Amino acid sequence: MPMYSEKVMDHFMNPRNVGEIKDADGIGEVGNPVCGDMMTFYIKVKDNRLEDVKFQTFGCGAAVAVSSITSEMAKGKTLKEAVKITPGLVAQELEGLPKNKYHCSNLGAQALRKAIRDYAQKKGIEIEGLEEKGEEHEEGEED
Amino acid sequence: MTTGNEKKPEKRVYLDYIATTPVLPEVLQAMLPYFSDLYGNPQSFHSWGDEPGEAMEKAREQVAALVSGSADEIVFTSSGSEANNMAVKGLAQGQIDKGKHIIVSAIEHFSVLNAARTLEKSDFELTLVPVDKYGVIDPDEVARNIRKDTILVSVMHANGEVGTIQPIAEIGKRVKEAGVLFHTDAVASTGNTPVDVNELGVDALSLAANQFYGPKGAAALWVRKRTRLIPLMDGGVQEGGRRPGTENVPAIVGLGKAAELAVRDMTSRMRKFSQLRDGLINGLLAAVDHTILTGHPTQRLSHHASFCIEFIEGEAMLLLLNSQGIAASSGSACTSRALKASHVLIAMGLPHEIAQGSLLFSLGIGNNEGDVDYVVEKMPPIVDRLRQMSPLYAKFIKEKRGVK
Repeated sequence: MPMYSEKVMDHFMNPRNVGEIKDADGIGEVGNPVCGDMMTFYIKVKDNRLEDVKFQTFGCGAAVAVSSITSEMAKGKTLKEAVKITPGLVAQELEGLPKNKYHCSNLGAQALRKAIRDYAQKKGIEIEGLEEKGEEHEEGEED
Repeated sequence: MTTGNEKKPEKRVYLDYIATTPVLPEVLQAMLPYFSDLYGNPQSFHSWGDEPGEAMEKAREQVAALVSGSADEIVFTSSGSEANNMAVKGLAQGQIDKGKHIIVSAIEHFSVLNAARTLEKSDFELTLVPVDKYGVIDPDEVARNIRKDTILVSVMHANGEVGTIQPIAEIGKRVKEAGVLFHTDAVASTGNTPVDVNELGVDALSLAANQFYGPKGAAALWVRKRTRLIPLMDGGVQEGGRRPGTENVPAIVGLGKAAELAVRDMTSRMRKFSQLRDGLINGLLAAVDHTILTGHPTQRLSHHASFCIEFIEGEAMLLLLNSQGIAASSGSACTSRALKASHVLIAMGLPHEIAQGSLLFSLGIGNNEGDVDYVVEKMPPIVDRLRQMSPLYAKFIKEKRGVK
């Protein structure tokens, strides 16, 4: 069994921001059942700020914790700030993840970014840093 | 494991006996003298080695009796995995002058599957026989794949992940007709269900003590007399030259004692476990909708209940079950170090997202009806909690509403 940090277990046992935003301004879906995890992020944007962030996750303890903390990290941030949330920062915020669960932290950051991209595309706006990383590590390439 | 600061569970229920069993007190008592008082090396030419040597030979008789073989056909090993490696590699390499084709089933334990793949890298040819939706291998399918150069067939007796018991005797008949060696990995079944090497018609059979209340690190390969087996390791004369290394006498004594107790208690254990198992299967299927029983509904280990719970993932269930004091197991990709879905469930034709919801309970002597009731009571809220956050479940509910 993986050894999760207390923070991971806290976010898994008491996940924050679970659910769907019915009238979301942006939606980001990543992962597939083959790699094991699927995440959907919903964002609500007001004045270029993430007014609300919610998620749905199919996956392991780490995937749930990653979704929860990513949503917490993103909420209230400006879009420009939010796209700076990287897998590394997510893992750090969770006080570490077991090595074979790193890909879960990728998924969290990706799903958020994808939701922001969805919003940007709908609005026809450009957000600094959104495309910078190019096509980041996509779903399920870990092995 | 860290589980945060949630409150202590009401009770602790171990339902992962297939991962390992506790050592019975009688077994431990039998082992203890051989750590310190009777520490001699059985191979020594002085009296210190006498009693350990005799104890080891007694254990050999006890293990042979468990599988209806004879004592001189038992090779002690350190694990079921070692026994499987020894069988696959040792039997194949011993027949190399006859051919290089081997057949194993698609749902073998990795100690068989990967041993066969290793042989494949050194010019052996490998055929994997498929299974049906219950995880059953068709004896005809095995027979159809036997060629002139086939030298070994290895099919497991019972699968640890889905509990299905294979028609080994039927397969054995077909393999014998073709004059090919037949090995069965009976690690999950030996000590838990009757195993008779002659009825099964096998030439080699693997077993492990920690599946039937013996110690870890004690296992054996039964190999039919006059069967050529190339050792995995080079070394001394122990185990008739087939498995070198100073014998782990306490563990071997424990294996022997556990085998003796398994023979004595087999019927009563099986009766008790199958009742509990049926209670768990029926209870869980009734309590949690969209749940699939995996493996064969009747041809299965009496202590084994396995499921796929749709729309959610196994590791997350295990964490929540653990927080309620319940130990279970899963074949989900997330619980495997390689992050790959269970090859067993995929071979049975289950889609990846369903295989991700794999959950298995294995019963043992510590369990009672109260444990089953406790699990059946605790499962629905756990499943519900995970489904409430699952995008797959949300999609399913939406589609269902759309249909109406």
